[in-house]
Amino acid sequence: MATKDAPVNNPMVDPVTGEYRVIAPGHTFKSVTEEVSRIVLTGHTPLGWYFGFMLAGSIVGILMICVTWLFLKGVGIWAITIPVAWGFAIINFVWWIGIGHAGTLISAILLLFKQSWRNSINRFAEAMTIFAVVCAGMFPLIHVGRPWLGYWLFPYPNTMNYWPQFRSPLLWDVFAVSTYATISVVFWYIGMIPDLGTLRDRSTSKAGQFFYGLLSVGWRGSVRHWVRYETASLLLAGLATPLVLSVHSVISLDFSVALMPGWHTTIFPPYFVAGAIYSGFAMVLTLAIPIRKFYHLEDLVTIRHIDNCGKVMLATGMIVAYGYSSEVFMSWYSASHWEYFMMWNRMFGPIGWSYWVLITCNIALPQLMWLRKFRVNVGLMFLMSLIVNTGMWFERFVIVVTSLTRDYLPSSWGTYRATKWDYGTFLGTLGLFTFLFFLFVRFLPMIPMSELRLMLPQAKVKEHAEPLPEAGD
Amino acid sequence: MPLPEGTYGLIAEFETPTDLVHAAKAAYHAGYRRMDCYTPYPVEEAAEAIGFHRDEVSLVCLLGGLLGLAAMFGLETWISVWAYPLNIAGRPYFSWPAFVVPAYEWTILWAGLSAAFGMLALCGLPKPYHPVFNAPNFRSGATSDKFFLCLEATDPKFETAETRSFLEAQKPLSVVEVEY
Repeated sequence: MATKDAPVNNPMVDPVTGEYRVIAPGHTFKSVTEEVSRIVLTGHTPLGWYFGFMLAGSIVGILMICVTWLFLKGVGIWAITIPVAWGFAIINFVWWIGIGHAGTLISAILLLFKQSWRNSINRFAEAMTIFAVVCAGMFPLIHVGRPWLGYWLFPYPNTMNYWPQFRSPLLWDVFAVSTYATISVVFWYIGMIPDLGTLRDRSTSKAGQFFYGLLSVGWRGSVRHWVRYETASLLLAGLATPLVLSVHSVISLDFSVALMPGWHTTIFPPYFVAGAIYSGFAMVLTLAIPIRKFYHLEDLVTIRHIDNCGKVMLATGMIVAYGYSSEVFMSWYSASHWEYFMMWNRMFGPIGWSYWVLITCNIALPQLMWLRKFRVNVGLMFLMSLIVNTGMWFERFVIVVTSLTRDYLPSSWGTYRATKWDYGTFLGTLGLFTFLFFLFVRFLPMIPMSELRLMLPQAKVKEHAEPLPEAGD
Repeated sequence: MPLPEGTYGLIAEFETPTDLVHAAKAAYHAGYRRMDCYTPYPVEEAAEAIGFHRDEVSLVCLLGGLLGLAAMFGLETWISVWAYPLNIAGRPYFSWPAFVVPAYEWTILWAGLSAAFGMLALCGLPKPYHPVFNAPNFRSGATSDKFFLCLEATDPKFETAETRSFLEAQKPLSVVEVEY
């Protein structure tokens, strides 16, 4: 789409294609290296960083209190009870895992599709994945009641002479999520090795040289290494791609294998995956917009990225909308009394308002992103990213709570009202996520320098004018 | 084993990838084989120029993936059929469709770990010390904005004076002798 409305002499707009540039013009290998590594290697940490870090740290304190109390008293401090045995813990788990998915999509799928615009946002999208999985993984673990026995989920020879039940989606989850976490960390780290080498060579402090020297495993940029490295990156991307699709599908099976009205549908796996990517891209914007502003990275994370994230959100949002309409249609078409009642209750029942929150946040408002003017407006896109994340949280709330509070037998109906410990734990994981992110932007290269260099025009090898004499003399 | 001593090789620094690739091609053409290029980002043409075409990472990855698949599927079958058979509503013990998901996850897990650590192992990493780091201009350039070609002393064609004049003919920024 051409940017007719953009000023003609805007240096950020490519005059040939009319698109916003992925990287500002005039950059050299040296300047991109400096722009990224200065953030990490500076001796003067910005005051704002300390402030944010402390704030996030104190929210982690809330998490610590909530979790300590939980371990002392048990899961009874949460609002979970029969019939809603799966309250905030599973809602937050699904929400966080979903957020992680966009990171993998950006780092893996867009790499395979040769979408080079992703290069500047891929590292922190991956970091976002890992921290989101950290937050997500915590919930099932603390939800099991006795988290110190969490390792019972894994098959290992034990004196009780028992083995896990491999026909249960809950056990599949253990493998899906642990694989996802491991592969994400490995992919992230392998991708960072060349940049850690750059930091090792540019660091002036003893501690920095030691720390980055250790992490960079002696990377020296040999082209033989680069060839293998590129193969490994492509393979990891190829392997992470089915993970994006499988992890949330497996999670959705936790629901859809159950016979609960509103859960027992085949639309769940695809629409969970789309929803995951939707909320993940929203979270990428929530993080990228303040960071590029704070660290003056407008040259490297440009309007083009924000615009493209907006387009992906629009597309995945439409898939999610299709999922919602399919649910409504199927509840009518199934001619099942319970399905019909479930949908009516979801829309107009005691917590029907939450359904309309999700429709407003996930379907109605995001339609504004059809407008190019909206997508290139950084402030509005930031707002939209918060709205979508709220909507996606409510989606999981609606799925879990409305179905469980009103199942087949009216005698087993109940209510659900989260306690302060539920809210505290959720808030705490938001703090933990931010806390880890603050550490990441301060100590690790958040933009992949080697991939940025590759995107510069001077990175291409020109055909030499004079051909070499024939080989074999 | 005593540490090797003396000259590791001669390293030439170039301003652009094009100069590097041209120099590497010329060196290969002149009969040098033990050499390496060092670049701040992947330059495929340079690898081609020094005759490095194949890497075994894909094979390692495939083997790892197959091993993971076999390990998990075997484990699931052994547990569910022999070690701890559970009769769940009369379903068969060998209910293989249910075993697909963990087996699939482990295929990916093992393939990914093999690709990543196999790549490092094939590169001989971690290797915190390497002679090229001794070149005074190497660390400021090779991981930032300069391109290097190193002709190694173990090459039978290597002759310090001759090789130096060969490299200087390739219009480098500098040519430095690298010590062990």
